[in-house]
Amino acid sequence: MEGLERLNSVSVGQSVIVVRLNMLGNSRRRMLDMGLTPGTRVDVVRKSPLGDPTAYCVRNSIIALREVESRHIMVEHC
Amino acid sequence: MGRNMKMADLIQEKGIKQGEPITIALAGNPNTGKSTLFNALTGLRQHTGNWPGKTVLQTHGYFSYKDQHYKLMDLPGTYSLIANSADEEVARDFLCFGRPDLTIVVVDATCLERNLNLVLQVTEITSRVIVCLNLMDEAKRKGINIDVERLGESLGIPVIPTAASKGEGISSLLKTIYDVSVGRIIPQPVMVSYPSNIEDMISCLEPGIIKTLGDCINSRWLALRLIDNDYKLLSSIQQYIKPEIAIRSKHFQEVLA
Amino acid sequence: MNELHSLEHMARELCKQNEYDRDQIVESIYDHAAGITANTVTCLDLGRRGFENRVDNVVTSRLWGFPIMFGLLALIFWITITGANYPSAALADLFFGWEAWLTNLCQTYHVPAWVHGFFVLGVFRGTAWVVSVMLPPMAIFFPLFTLLEDAGYLPRVAFNMDCLFKKAGVHGKQALTMCMGFGCNAAGIISCRIINSPRERLIAILTNNFVPCNGRFPTLIALAGIFFGGSALLSAGNLAATFVVALLVVLGVVMTLAVSRVLSQTLLQGEASHFTLELPPYRKPRVGEVIIRSILDRTLFVMGRAVIIAAPAGGIIWIMANTMIGDVSLISICASYLDIPAQWMGLDGFILLAFILGMPANEIVLPILIMSYLSGGAMIELDSLAELRDLFVVEHGWTWLTALCTMLFALCHWPCGTTLYTIQKEQKSWKWTIMAALIPTVAGILLCVLVNGLVSGLHLL
Repeated sequence: MEGLERLNSVSVGQSVIVVRLNMLGNSRRRMLDMGLTPGTRVDVVRKSPLGDPTAYCVRNSIIALREVESRHIMVEHC
Repeated sequence: MGRNMKMADLIQEKGIKQGEPITIALAGNPNTGKSTLFNALTGLRQHTGNWPGKTVLQTHGYFSYKDQHYKLMDLPGTYSLIANSADEEVARDFLCFGRPDLTIVVVDATCLERNLNLVLQVTEITSRVIVCLNLMDEAKRKGINIDVERLGESLGIPVIPTAASKGEGISSLLKTIYDVSVGRIIPQPVMVSYPSNIEDMISCLEPGIIKTLGDCINSRWLALRLIDNDYKLLSSIQQYIKPEIAIRSKHFQEVLA
Repeated sequence: MNELHSLEHMARELCKQNEYDRDQIVESIYDHAAGITANTVTCLDLGRRGFENRVDNVVTSRLWGFPIMFGLLALIFWITITGANYPSAALADLFFGWEAWLTNLCQTYHVPAWVHGFFVLGVFRGTAWVVSVMLPPMAIFFPLFTLLEDAGYLPRVAFNMDCLFKKAGVHGKQALTMCMGFGCNAAGIISCRIINSPRERLIAILTNNFVPCNGRFPTLIALAGIFFGGSALLSAGNLAATFVVALLVVLGVVMTLAVSRVLSQTLLQGEASHFTLELPPYRKPRVGEVIIRSILDRTLFVMGRAVIIAAPAGGIIWIMANTMIGDVSLISICASYLDIPAQWMGLDGFILLAFILGMPANEIVLPILIMSYLSGGAMIELDSLAELRDLFVVEHGWTWLTALCTMLFALCHWPCGTTLYTIQKEQKSWKWTIMAALIPTVAGILLCVLVNGLVSGLHLL
């Protein structure tokens, strides 16, 4: 799909909106329960000193996701 | 009623009897100051162990207010009740099958929206819920202002603002717990309204559920779980309610025959 | 259950008919939640969040993240080690007083020497020793650590280090259980409960012993002080000795990661569990409550178990030191049997035996060694580093290689009795408890044999 990016490739300081979650099963449930539903705004806050994981601001709380998880979240820029 | 003996070991029989402690489940997201609240209420009257058959830690404690005695069960901190992990399974199973008399959901005032996910899920299982809006001091420091009264109206259940680490709001919370437990306040949660396709499915499923399980489980909630394909819940049901189902379905078959 | 299955079936059919999108329910809940929040919550300035943001930017930065972590840990250690000296000495005096009173009692009632020896010099003194050296550092380390936990800093540690742990196939929270292990490995084991996945929790438990606990630090510092430092005081420690100890700690962390990786590729294979860590806002730690909680939950709890193990062990050690076969004590006999394998590892029989007898608590390894060397009948402590050096180097032929191998083995050997007991309680499995003892031991033996072989072989000595 055009205009969609993977969350793991969004740089620090940018804000995006979740479009679709590509993972299945428990992983998907977990993302949804943390508030990463389609239409949610996500701010990329910072990266870990070693590059992974990355901290995101979702619904006013900060959660850290590993790249293997965030690569399955499709987003578009605000 | 539909209760497995192991769970019944943990909680007393529904205490309408004088002097039996009333069971309160303490739920909430992780990092909401739930343990601070737990300590504030129970002090040193605490016991730690394990949930039956699980490696999840279980703590419960006791406190009294006026003429009532309460047993507070600290549930593991969870983001939701959809059983993704042992923690969530334990929390869900206790709320569902352990049938606490009252549930307190501790909510982080600094990130209300995500915390409401759990609150709304809990109110779908039981209506006797109180929201403890904790970390009000942190929220104030961050410039977050919450209209508590409006929140209570929107949710339909009592909302008590607290700052458990400072001891603020605890007396108000205790009073509310008492009022709900004696029936002076009757929470009437505002239910989440789902899109029409889901509501249709719920109304199709509910009758079958009530026929099979009676009032062992909140039927609307179970319908939602079935739609959501929560197979783990079904195995829990089999574990906790089996004998009663057998009796009940036999009874209904006889009635229908 | 037929009824349930038919309901399940019905639900699935309905979903297909009604075009149910699997996320609709969760989305509806969140929409509802968002609606309520929009109506009830108003946000003012971001001053506070800005401040926290700046703190996090530093604490997790590429430049400062790790140094701050190590710095904080080092600071906690330093406070623990220096702060524990006085209470330890005070407790030791107190117990010594009690021991003297007990001895008097025995003399007054003409209690046979072996009874006095076993109960007073063995059981009582052994337990007293363990309490006076274990309790003060724990009573300092745990509250400090818990303060950091309460303030919200620890998730940042997991955040910083997760990459390394992910490469090892385990969970970032293992960084935290590792840190706890620095205080006490038994407490480290209990802290492994924060790891949700049973597989990853087990790996964390099995590798926790690679980080040296408070009980092993004095041994490491003493040996480093004698052999790698100058003529500095025991507690001050000069640069070279500190450097050696720091290197050993780093080695411990490396071993943890390496062994975790091996385990997750062999014995304990499985999916890496989700990570999703929440970074909560920083909070002002509740000092009073932290102190009370950490003393009750952690310190006393661990001490209780330690005493249970130390008491009988003290008795057994006394028996071994004072049972003579011919002219020689049991300890010397056992040491001579252990001598050959010990030499392979760059140690001697007495050292190996001291480790074995020191299973109840790592603190007593050095005192037992001194006791054996002095052919004394009960555990004592030497007053100065110089005396220690004389005893080891002059009278028993230690070289820096001996010291190095001893330190390496101190780092990698079986967990102490309290820790093993805790593992058994947590995992309820004898199999894994035995594995927890074997894994660091095998690693330690291999390491010592390797180092010893290399150094001797290359004639670096």
